[in-house]
Amino acid sequence: MAKRDYSLMGPDGARAVESGLAAAEWYHSDVPRKVMKDLMQRSDQPAIRDTILLYGCMIAFAGIGIALWPTWWALPFWLAYGVLYGSASDSRWHECGHGTAFRTAWMNNAVYEIASFMIMRNSATWRWSHARHHTDTYIVGRDPEIAIMRPPAFIKLIGSFFGIPEVIDFFPRMIRNALSGPTLDERTFVPQSEWGKVQRVAIIYLAIYAATLGLAVWMQSILPLMVIGLPRMYGAWHHVMTGLLQHGGLADNVIDHRLNSRTVFMNPVSQFIYWNMNYHVEHHMFPVVPYHALPRLYAAIQHDLPAPNPSIAAAFAEMWPALKRQLQNEEYFLKRDLPGTAKPYREDFHRAALGAQAAAPAE
Amino acid sequence: MPTWIRACATDEIDQEDLIRFDYDGATYAIYHSPEGEFFATAGKCTHEEVHLCDGLVMGHLIEWPKHNGQFDYRTGEAKRAPVCVNLRTYPIKVDGGAVYLEVP
Repeated sequence: MAKRDYSLMGPDGARAVESGLAAAEWYHSDVPRKVMKDLMQRSDQPAIRDTILLYGCMIAFAGIGIALWPTWWALPFWLAYGVLYGSASDSRWHECGHGTAFRTAWMNNAVYEIASFMIMRNSATWRWSHARHHTDTYIVGRDPEIAIMRPPAFIKLIGSFFGIPEVIDFFPRMIRNALSGPTLDERTFVPQSEWGKVQRVAIIYLAIYAATLGLAVWMQSILPLMVIGLPRMYGAWHHVMTGLLQHGGLADNVIDHRLNSRTVFMNPVSQFIYWNMNYHVEHHMFPVVPYHALPRLYAAIQHDLPAPNPSIAAAFAEMWPALKRQLQNEEYFLKRDLPGTAKPYREDFHRAALGAQAAAPAE
Repeated sequence: MPTWIRACATDEIDQEDLIRFDYDGATYAIYHSPEGEFFATAGKCTHEEVHLCDGLVMGHLIEWPKHNGQFDYRTGEAKRAPVCVNLRTYPIKVDGGAVYLEVP
């Protein structure tokens, strides 16, 4: 089989459109409409509580880190601050981008803008890329947010734990956005009416980073960069650790989220940082359900889902060998068993769409 | 020539909710507002080809089930990104406990 072309303007994307694989009707577990309406209801209270806790901890950790600077006693506080800045910002960006975290729109937008800045994603561009990620999840050539391509680029993946490839990509991209708006790839999913906003956001981001850098030079210290910018690198590890598990080693080019997404049970601290996105099959199947209702959604449909991985370690133990196997065989993917109560995987559509290229699951 | 088609009984849709209605190869969404009025729009989002019937009705807004784009289902107006193209609306009437949709 030809190698996958992940470019949004390449042949794989065009074939997905022609075959009907793009923007297809995906499999959903049956949930009574009244139950689903209840699960979809919005509330400000859980997200206000979590946001006060998050930003309160960040201010406290950074304050102690600054007070103890430059002694080694400051280190644990910077590490804690970094994880909240460089990892919790990813889940806040995600949930508030969906507009489901808070009931009140301006609260979603405010946290979304702050989180987008911290995680180094142009807030105007990524709102659209994530919409495509949900419409065409792991459809090659359509989904702009495929974290692990085939064959997996392990050096890049390991670099992502320190934010290296993302930061290297971010600044030149912001300069291009600031000068001329979205790149050609970005223009495939950002409507023209939003191109000016992409440019304005990039200018604001660059101005803040330039001011922070200027302050660091003036102070002859990296301390300002420890607060703004660098935590995207030294605190990235947690969101990469959890994020790779979302789809890693699973199927692509399918229209059943049970085949391409993974739910993982994890400790309460990681679950707070990750804002319940460990319920990832459930989130993809019903993206309008707020993060705080995902455990209830899981309880409602677990009879139709593969068993969740019991821990982060167990999920990595499942995923990592599959990724290594994909180095030799791009077609390989993990296919988890469904319980007897589940409806069968919906494989007919993508097999028909891809013809003889239908993928070979794990034995 | 436009034709009135029976879409459903009035009690088939809860207030502040919607259902999907397919007819002659086209798909529609029928809404029951909190005030008890009925409305109809095209059945799929204008941003991506996704059925609206799994979305959330909040007041007079329908939220796209794949993301948080919103339309005012009374007018079809796109209210929040990532949707930016208005939704087509269709005339509707209630007669004898049934909801009728005028299809083109």
